Amino acid sequence: MTLLITGARLPDGTNTDLVVKNGVIAELGPGLSALGAIVIDAAGLQALPGLVDLHTHLREPGFEQSETVLTGSRAAAAGGFTAVHAMANTSPVADTAGVVEQVASLGEQHGYVTVRPIGAVTVGLAGERLSEIGAMAQSRAAVRVFSDDGKCVSDALLMRRALEYVKTFGGVIAQHAQEPRLTEGAQMNEGALSSELGLAGWPAVAEEAIIARDVLLAQHVGALLHVCHLSTAGSVEVIRWAKARGIRVTAEVTPHHLLLDEQLAAGYDSRFKVNPPLRRSEDVLALRAALAEGIIDIVATDHAPHPIETKECAWQEASFGMVGLESALSVVQAAVVDSGQLSWGDVARVLSRTPAAIGQLAGYDAPFTIGAPANFTLIDPSARRVFGLEQLHGKGANTPYLGRELPGRVVATVHRGVPTVLDGELRPAEEVANRVA
Amino acid sequence: MAARTVLHQADITRALTRISHEILESNQGSSDLVLLGIPTRGVLLAQRIGAILDQLEPGSVAVGELDVTMYRDDLAGQPTRTPSPTRVPAGGIDGKTVVLVDDVLYSGRTIRAALDAINDLGRPRAVRLAVLVDRGHRELPIRADFVGKNLPTAVAERINVKLIETDGEDLVAIAEREATA
Amino acid sequence: MKHLLSVRDLDRDTAVGILDLAEDMADVATRAVPKLPTLRGRTVANLFFEDSTRTRLSFEAAAKRLSADVITVSAKGSSVSKGESLKDTAQTIAAMGIDAVVLRHGASGAARVLADSHWIDAAVINAGDGTHEHPTQGLLDAYTMRKTLHGDAARGKSLDGVRVTIVGDILHSRVARSNVWLLQTLGASVHLVGPETLLPLGVDSWPVTRGTDLDAALAENPDVVMMLRVQSERMQAAFFPHEREYARQWGLDDARLARLAPHTMVMHPGPMNRGLEISSASADSARSVVLHQVANGVSIRMAVLYLVLSGSGAGA
Repeated sequence: MTLLITGARLPDGTNTDLVVKNGVIAELGPGLSALGAIVIDAAGLQALPGLVDLHTHLREPGFEQSETVLTGSRAAAAGGFTAVHAMANTSPVADTAGVVEQVASLGEQHGYVTVRPIGAVTVGLAGERLSEIGAMAQSRAAVRVFSDDGKCVSDALLMRRALEYVKTFGGVIAQHAQEPRLTEGAQMNEGALSSELGLAGWPAVAEEAIIARDVLLAQHVGALLHVCHLSTAGSVEVIRWAKARGIRVTAEVTPHHLLLDEQLAAGYDSRFKVNPPLRRSEDVLALRAALAEGIIDIVATDHAPHPIETKECAWQEASFGMVGLESALSVVQAAVVDSGQLSWGDVARVLSRTPAAIGQLAGYDAPFTIGAPANFTLIDPSARRVFGLEQLHGKGANTPYLGRELPGRVVATVHRGVPTVLDGELRPAEEVANRVA
Repeated sequence: MAARTVLHQADITRALTRISHEILESNQGSSDLVLLGIPTRGVLLAQRIGAILDQLEPGSVAVGELDVTMYRDDLAGQPTRTPSPTRVPAGGIDGKTVVLVDDVLYSGRTIRAALDAINDLGRPRAVRLAVLVDRGHRELPIRADFVGKNLPTAVAERINVKLIETDGEDLVAIAEREATA
Repeated sequence: MKHLLSVRDLDRDTAVGILDLAEDMADVATRAVPKLPTLRGRTVANLFFEDSTRTRLSFEAAAKRLSADVITVSAKGSSVSKGESLKDTAQTIAAMGIDAVVLRHGASGAARVLADSHWIDAAVINAGDGTHEHPTQGLLDAYTMRKTLHGDAARGKSLDGVRVTIVGDILHSRVARSNVWLLQTLGASVHLVGPETLLPLGVDSWPVTRGTDLDAALAENPDVVMMLRVQSERMQAAFFPHEREYARQWGLDDARLARLAPHTMVMHPGPMNRGLEISSASADSARSVVLHQVANGVSIRMAVLYLVLSGSGAGA
């Protein structure tokens, strides 16, 4: 299959045509033509390298009523992603080679995105014994990121061992930083508002203390550390301090923590209930600045689909999390691009190149060069749309953006040379599966 | 919309005086007589009648207030009404002759509610009704015993009763009902 | 008034109006027939996901005095205890045709969630939601203070200048929250006293003063001392060391009772832990208005039921 994309603006601001053949970028430059190609007129559109999500919950195996690898992959493609990292909190937990290989191969079959499983750090996410990190690393899924996400590896000795052991296989631990005792029953950011609402508080220190401990551990054992979903200004300061000391730590932030703050909990609408919780507006501003400055390395969605009944209830009975794949790019644009804090080149870095580097995913280091795998997305940054159910392609509808106007629209996504989205519409599953086959 | 005054201050005073005499006559004196005014203007009228009776037969008549809001049959269809206090004179109403006093008698539903309210307060020997104006259009088999003025009206008209205590002047006027949206 | 979810939705005039209406309702109790036909044909559902016999009985009595029909669904022995969701339970009783739901729920905000949902269109009265609010308790406390201070001349009055000291587990208390906001609206000043562990983070942004020394607070001769119930499970969670220390520091014991100014009234939302936050002598003293609080609760709840169920916005 051949694709001809005309008049796209690259992240560096230059305009070009592209020809895609055999899954790679075959030609670049003005005035290209290609016989028999599918032509995409990209005049006025921004080309971005295929987005890479380091933090996705695909729920399969075990929670297929919430999401499957297929539905999550479609949601990802619709949002401009070409690769996702699937978190380990499935059932069974992704703590064996068997589970991670199954997830990876399902992703491969469906073809919408590259699915990279994340392995559990501890058996059953129980925080007691290391899982078979080596077997997962050496499996066909070639796992490189290990995380107990949803739970914190809170035992200091176990965390130290994990950081050391994973070095053996060239991997990285992605820590969900949440001191469990300080957050028992916690519902929202602890402060004046949580006290007024009568919702158990989730103190910032519960996150910051774990991050501080972990960067010191990482320094002590000379390991890599990745910190999931930073949510507080204090966490930013800890990461800044660690990086200044040369500690090898990377940090992520979710789109929603860049846009939304704790005030949204005031109506007890559980769509705003996430882990970590939405924080003060000062925290939101600090996270944006840290992303612009490079203290925070990447944006990752923490896409967390839930069945509707787990959100149609009182706040403290509701599940944590919101879906994010379909809205991520628009939310990032609204939070930090339209304000001028990040350029599209920066977006390419924080949503593609750096997450791919942390996940050791090949083919994303030099996008838009001849011979590079054709993973990219074309977006219309000037579009404005009221975010609605028709934009959601996963099984989850638990997003607070429904009914909200957001900027930007994904017009096309190409994964390994195969269009997964064209004219703003997802391509059918059979078409995508057959072409990658 | 122009309003037509049908009772002036002197007319109202005369009517209340006549009603007072009629009450005494029918009750054969002022013993065991309790006047209960229905808020808002019925209370003021009851107080005026009470004052006249007190001049005629000093120290014998008791005056109170009877709020009927909680007994109305139209609570759901109307904006929320704020009830007024009910104040029953110290001697109660058991065995007494209660005279209900209101400004305008119209459908009779207010009086129906008042009769229910009285029923919950005790067992009077008799209940009478005094009104300043009877404008007709009854929806219930209720009639007044003492009437200041019978005033035939159209349903589209409205009766405005003004009293010095609340409105700064005494008068009764007929106006066209304002068109409601 | 469509719902009563939080006392923060009440402005001063509305709050005073509810207290005045409760005065009228209290009068009803003294009459030959202590019952009004006002809500005849209306159905009130008491939906209690948490056990609370006193609040449930109070609402039942209030509804019945207004001639409403009452359906009660309470935690024990019903589908509620079998984990049925708020949505399903509410929709089930709504299908039976109800005009108002009195909701007690363990989750903060549950009443708001029910009122904002499209699951039912009945009026919602918050009868206690988690550690958030208990609006009718706040109202009955304000009513009790006003009545105790002004007697028969209470009608129309606010609580301007009244000084209230609330003692104990502020952090977990929905009663304290409803009192703080309502008393502020009514012009009273509120002083909170308790161990630092039980004063909520951010309480400094509340319209109150705060302290940790009960004796110092009582030396200020407040008009009202309100003792909050202390739950023993707080001890396990390390909020304070043990009951004896709590009682010594923050209990209204006999010695403290003896030092109260003559005009100071003692309140407690109940149920009381005698000997812990309040001594028996304090609870039973002449200055204790605890039983008045219970009686006044029925009047307040009658007033609230009347307000949400009358008016053109209601029922339909």
